[in-house]
This record gives sequence, C-alpha cells and structure tokens, in this order.
Amino acid sequence: MELELRSIQIRDVVLGEKNSLIDGVLTVDEAGLKNLILEDPRITAVKVDLAKPGDSCRILPVKDVIEPRAKLEGDIFPGVFGTEVPVCGNGITYALKGCAVVTTGPIVGFQEGLIDMSGPAAQYTLFSKLNNVVLHLTKREDVDPHEHEEVVRLAGLKAARWLGEIGLTCTDYESAIYSWPTLAQRVAQYPELPKVVYVCNCMAQGLLHDTYFYGRDAKQLVPTVVSPTEFFDGAVISGNCVSPGSKTTTYHHLNNAVINALWAHHGKDLNFVGIILNPLMVTLKEKQRDIMMTVRIATEELGADAAIISQEGFGNPTTDLMHVCRGLEQHGVKTVIITNEDAGTDGMSESLPDVVTEANAIISTGNSNATILLPKMDRVLGELKEIERVTGGNVDSIKSDGTLLVEIHGIMGGHNLQGNTYLSATTI
Amino acid sequence: MKKILFYTNQFFGQIGGEDMAYTEPQIFEGMHGSANTFGPHFKDVAEIVATIVCGDNFYAENMETGEAFVRQQIEKYQPDILIAGPAFNAGRFGIACGDVCKTAKAMGVEAITGLYEENPAVDMYKKDVYILKVGKSAAGIRKAVPLMANFAKKLLSGEKLGSPKAEQYYAKGQRVNIFCEKNGAERAVDMLLAKINGQPYETELEISTYDKVEPSAPIADLSKAKIALCTSGGIVPMGNPDHMVAATAKFWKAYELGDAERLEPGQWESVHAGFDPVYANEDPNRVAPYDMLKMLEKEGIIGSVYPVLCSTTGNSTSVADATRMGQEIAGRLVSAGVHGVILTST
Amino acid sequence: MEKAGIPATHICTVTPISKTVGAARIFGAQAIPYPTGDPNLSREKEMARRREIVMGALQLLTEGNRSVSGESNAVFTD
Repeated sequence: MELELRSIQIRDVVLGEKNSLIDGVLTVDEAGLKNLILEDPRITAVKVDLAKPGDSCRILPVKDVIEPRAKLEGDIFPGVFGTEVPVCGNGITYALKGCAVVTTGPIVGFQEGLIDMSGPAAQYTLFSKLNNVVLHLTKREDVDPHEHEEVVRLAGLKAARWLGEIGLTCTDYESAIYSWPTLAQRVAQYPELPKVVYVCNCMAQGLLHDTYFYGRDAKQLVPTVVSPTEFFDGAVISGNCVSPGSKTTTYHHLNNAVINALWAHHGKDLNFVGIILNPLMVTLKEKQRDIMMTVRIATEELGADAAIISQEGFGNPTTDLMHVCRGLEQHGVKTVIITNEDAGTDGMSESLPDVVTEANAIISTGNSNATILLPKMDRVLGELKEIERVTGGNVDSIKSDGTLLVEIHGIMGGHNLQGNTYLSATTI
Repeated sequence: MKKILFYTNQFFGQIGGEDMAYTEPQIFEGMHGSANTFGPHFKDVAEIVATIVCGDNFYAENMETGEAFVRQQIEKYQPDILIAGPAFNAGRFGIACGDVCKTAKAMGVEAITGLYEENPAVDMYKKDVYILKVGKSAAGIRKAVPLMANFAKKLLSGEKLGSPKAEQYYAKGQRVNIFCEKNGAERAVDMLLAKINGQPYETELEISTYDKVEPSAPIADLSKAKIALCTSGGIVPMGNPDHMVAATAKFWKAYELGDAERLEPGQWESVHAGFDPVYANEDPNRVAPYDMLKMLEKEGIIGSVYPVLCSTTGNSTSVADATRMGQEIAGRLVSAGVHGVILTST
Repeated sequence: MEKAGIPATHICTVTPISKTVGAARIFGAQAIPYPTGDPNLSREKEMARRREIVMGALQLLTEGNRSVSGESNAVFTD
C-alpha cells in the first residue's frame, strides 16, 4: 500500500455563503453544512458555531472530534461512505490540519466531555488548539439512545468529509508518503532492525463504549491486522466512547500518536512491522480469546521483537492491557504499555486496578482523578448543566461564582491513552 | 533575606546527653548548637533567626506542649521554613522532628527534616513533610547538612524539585500530574528503544501491590442466614435523587426496599458511566439480582433477604474511597445482623 | 466486609481484577453490562442463568477457604 497524505494548514475558519479555502482561511457555507446534516430525518435541528484557540468558550457535552479529510479518488471513512476496493489506505488523502468538527447537543450518555478554548483546561488537550466547527445537534424525539449515538456519529463524519473536500483543489500542502509494502517486503527491508508491533486496544462494549472498523461495530471484530494508512483514511472511528479524558476520538485515530511516533523511527532504529487492532470486550471469555489471538498474531505472524500497547478506557480494560503485556513478555517480546491512572483526588491511592509483574515499562498519561478549577467562560456551546452528570463532574461542579470544579477525566482527550498528550504523573 | 527556624534536641543543642532528655523546650536567638553547621550554607539567601532546643523525652511524652511551643515560635518569628534535625536513626528525636515539621506545615510553613531509612518516624511522617535521606548516626552529618540545606534553598526559591530519587528524600507516595516535553507516544518509543537495547530506563509508574483479604468464617447454614445485596453498578432510584455520580464515587446509598420482590424496571436506573446502561435500565436485576434472592428466600434456600440495597458507582473510584465505603457498609450490615453478602460489580 | 466478619462473594465479570485486589470469594458473572443477566437470552433462560450465578455465589459463602468459581460456566445461547 502507498498513501500520500497532503496536509493543509488551516489558520482560521469563518462562516460564509460559499465553501472556499484561500491562504489558509477556510470559509464554510453555513447553510450548505446545515442542509447536509439535516438530510438525516432523525435530526430536527442543527446549529453551527465556531470555537477558536484563545476564545472564552466552553464546549460541553462533546461527543466526538473529527479532523476534516477527503480522498482525491474514492471515499474517506471507508465502510461508512465508500466500499471501493482497495482504495482505503492507498492513493492521495487531504487533511485539513489545525481545525476540527466537534459534535455536541443534548447528552447521549455520561461519557461526553468538555473542551475549553482558553484557561487552564486548554493546556491538557490538543482540541483547545484547533479552530473548531461546532455542530449542536438535536435528535427527533423517538430516537433511542443507541440510534442517537449513531445519528451524531454519522453527522460528524459527513461534516468532516464535506469540509475535507474543500481542500481537494488546494495546492498549498505539505506532502508525506507512507509506503507499506507486504509484510515479507517490510521484514526484508530492514533485516538488522528490531521488529516492532503496535497493539491498539479499542473499546467494544456497547453504547458510548464502541469503536467502528470500516464503519462496522468492533464488537463483532476479533483482533485484526491494520495498516497505518488505513488509520489515516479513517478505517477506525470512534463510537464516541468512554470517559472523555481516556476517550479515543476519531481525531485521535486519524492522527494516531503511536503510529506517528513509530513512523519517525521506522527504518532508523526499529522496523515498524504491523498494527493489531484489539477489541476490548464485555465477557471474560471474549477477553481471553482476544488476548490469546493478539499475542499469537504479534509473535507468530508478525514476528515481533518488541511492542507498544496503547489503551482505551480503564478498569476492566486494564485486564486486557496487562494480560496482553504478560503474554508478549512471556514470548520474549519487549513491551511498553500506555495507561492513565486513577490514584484518587489526592493521588494517594493505588493507580491501577489490575497488574502483572511483567508490566515493567509503563508510560503514564496522568492521574485522571486530579481536580482542576476552571474559570467561567463568556460563551458555552452545548449544555453546561450536563457537567453534573458526566464523568469527572458532579452535582457540585458548577460553583456559585460560575467556576467549574471537575476532574481532569472530564476534559476531552485530557489524558489520551494513545499518548497524544503531554500529561504524565510522578511520585513525590 | 528569608527566615529559617531551626529545631534540634538537647544533645545537638549542646545542653547535655541522655541525662538532659527531659529538658523543656527553649528558644535561642539566632543559631545555636548544630544550627551553626547549617548557617554558612544559606549565606546571602536566608538566616537562621532562632533555634528551638527540646529534650527528646520531654517532646515524646509531652507532644501537645511541644507543639504549642513550636506554634508560638512560628508566630513570633514568622519563618519561611523550619529545619529540624537531622535525627539520623534516633527514634524519639526522629518523631519529634517529624511532629515539629508537621506542626509547621499545618500553619502553612514549609518544613524539612533528615532521617535514616530505618527510623520509624520516616513512615509516620513522610506523607506530610519532606524527609531527606541521611546516614545512620551523627557521623553522617557532613553529608546531611549540605543535602538538607540545598533542598531547603530550593524550597525557599521556589525552584522546581527533581524526583524523590534525585533530591534524595523519601517519596510521600503521592502521584502528581506533570507535563512532559514529549508526548506519551514519543516517550513510549524512547522507553521501548531503551528496553530493546538493554539500556536503563525508568517506568513512569511502578505497579501497585494489594493485600489478600482473608476469608472470614463461612456461613454454616444458608437456610438460616440473612443475606444482603450490594452493588457497585450505579443502580439508583429513577431520576437519581441523591445525585450519585457517573464516576469517582465518594459515597454510597442504602435504599430501603420494603416488601418489594424485585427491582422494578422503570423505577431504577444505572448512572455508572463505565458500561452501556441500556440493559440494566431494562431490568435492574441484571446488575443487582434482588429478584433472585427473594425467590431463594421463598424457596427456603436462604433464611431471609436484608431489604436494603447498598449501592455506589464503581468507576475510577480510588482504592482509598472504596476501602472506606466498604468499611461503612460493613458497619451497617453488622448492626443489621447480616450473615452474608452478595456484591455485584460491572 | 470480610474483615468485619461477614463473608461476601464478589460477582464480577473480570475476575482477574478481583483476584489482583485480593478478594476472598469470587464468582464469575455473565458480562460487564449485565453481570446477573443476559438480554440475548429468553426470559426463562435468563432467569436460569441468574439463578446459577447467585446460587454459585451463595455456595462460596459457606466455604472456609479463599475461593474462585464460575469463571468457566457454560454460556447459554438461544
């Protein structure tokens, strides 16, 4: 496979009457975007707002964040839109950097999060540094929770593709070529370098705990080999899932930090030989099956010498993380895992609910229970009151002076478990 | 110039040996006794404004009096930091140093001491104050003084502290968030390369260890036993009147069930954010099987069901909070004469 | 609860976590969102499954040793 990724820097977004991209300024046809969203009869209303870095603006409850992307030929987000074979992961893809589609609106579940465009929370998440096109979506009354999630997920993806297509005629881009020949060729390319496999854990547990692979529910997936370029083309998308801080949004999947970090070393001091997408299931037997399969594929199919495992969620997924780590280490595969911690508000509790002694190389993306006091914002997009119900918030979150006391759990992408965050924790 | 208040015992305060261990606390203006060895390290930065000297036995046996004396001196001298000891492996002196520092911290004054690793005061006070790692006996003072003085200077200037290892203090065991230069994925690759190449690396998180719970005496006869149901599945009355949280719960609720035969669908819901609640909302007994316990009660398999549901949300809950809630729930169940518990979690 | 003298069985799906944190009596549940049920089963089979899990958990209350059970129970399918 070979993908050329053409990245266009967006320095500002404005609402207007016609789509255009001139000199880094993305103009969005507001009416056109609304019409696109309202094509789905299950959506009764949509409001479009902009939230930019430095704005006194809070978005809540956020469902998903998506980077606008489009393909020169064929469709981005395969399985959702296109079914051409073998377009995904091949050809030319355009990505609008520095901006995103953010979906909000009445809450689907307790897992939705907060983005502040300024103030202390902005340091925690990359989404505060983007020019965000915020879609406030209202569903038809009879749409049930599972369908509600689907409605907002599809609306976000449609908007991201539609905005991405504005970039297709732009010539001011940075090009990067990602070449991914067959496994035999990849192994032969750098025979002297250690072979590194990336295990990407993804949630597959039901409403707001799901991932979609080629548009289909990952609950029906077994551990599967995926190429980096498939990630870049949106083969893996978020079911708007898991608590906001440890959520892997579609934006995170498109810009998978582990893939990018491994690619930077590929051919230099390691040989990046493959990715396994490992679904985290709800029964012990499925977990055990997926642990067995992931370890087997990594060792006996891909021939890993070393591995990085990224995590999604916490609690029961910690068992999947730990036992894949144990299985790999027992096969002699040097393994590093990425996880957050739940060490209590005061940081004095045990960090992880499940451990194996083989987990001796851990990257921490921070203690999610730590609290943060957020200032009042001039503008709120979405529904502020929902902070009382979402992860990281409670009935006392909104203070009488308008400030907000939340756990950093509540910040979208605050301690992203693909390591797309600068946060960590240390013992003092 | 910043101000330092110094604390030491009768021996290092040059009052006397063990025979003077009941010496009452007294204050000396400026440097006195071993404070003199610290003074030169603070040249132009800070001065030791006064030295408290107290006998080891007196402090150990009259802690409240000792604390009150220290508080008075802190109010009088308004120090920026209190330095106590070092007490090396001396037990009573170590506890006095720890307690004096804790007293200062409670008044908002930074405080440090220095202790040998086996000094029992280390475990007693390391969560509250910085305790620098020093030698076993007074022979270690030559190393201890610059170590403590340099650490004190960092605290006074607000300079960023290194890790407990780098600064040589006993870790409090507290996890604090920090921002790194590189993102987590880049750090993961760096750590992996070190691990592959056999180079040293430091995990960012040591794995936790847990104690095993010893089983208590079993129930001899189920058909005479009173059984209670508890859940961490976030099951609450519909509408969540008590504002049970979606995650990181710090409280639990006891819901009286009266004569109910089951948790009636529509009257209960789950507010737990860690799983898809649709199925629990359809039938709450899928998470808290009260209906089955009532059935088994009718069949005579169990003696009776305690008609109360103890419920919380077990999602990202800290072990400390969970332990406390467990103790509180156990207290209630013991006083209710419960013989056994079924605890479900999601 | 065990420390307070009341035997308690933890019904949970992810038994490895319960073992790690040191629980004394552990019984394997059906699935994370429905530890004592299964929406994929008929009502009768779901109740049978619930009975199996609760009875198994109660049985552990009568045993003197640290015990884990129910992890490999057959899962009913319709």
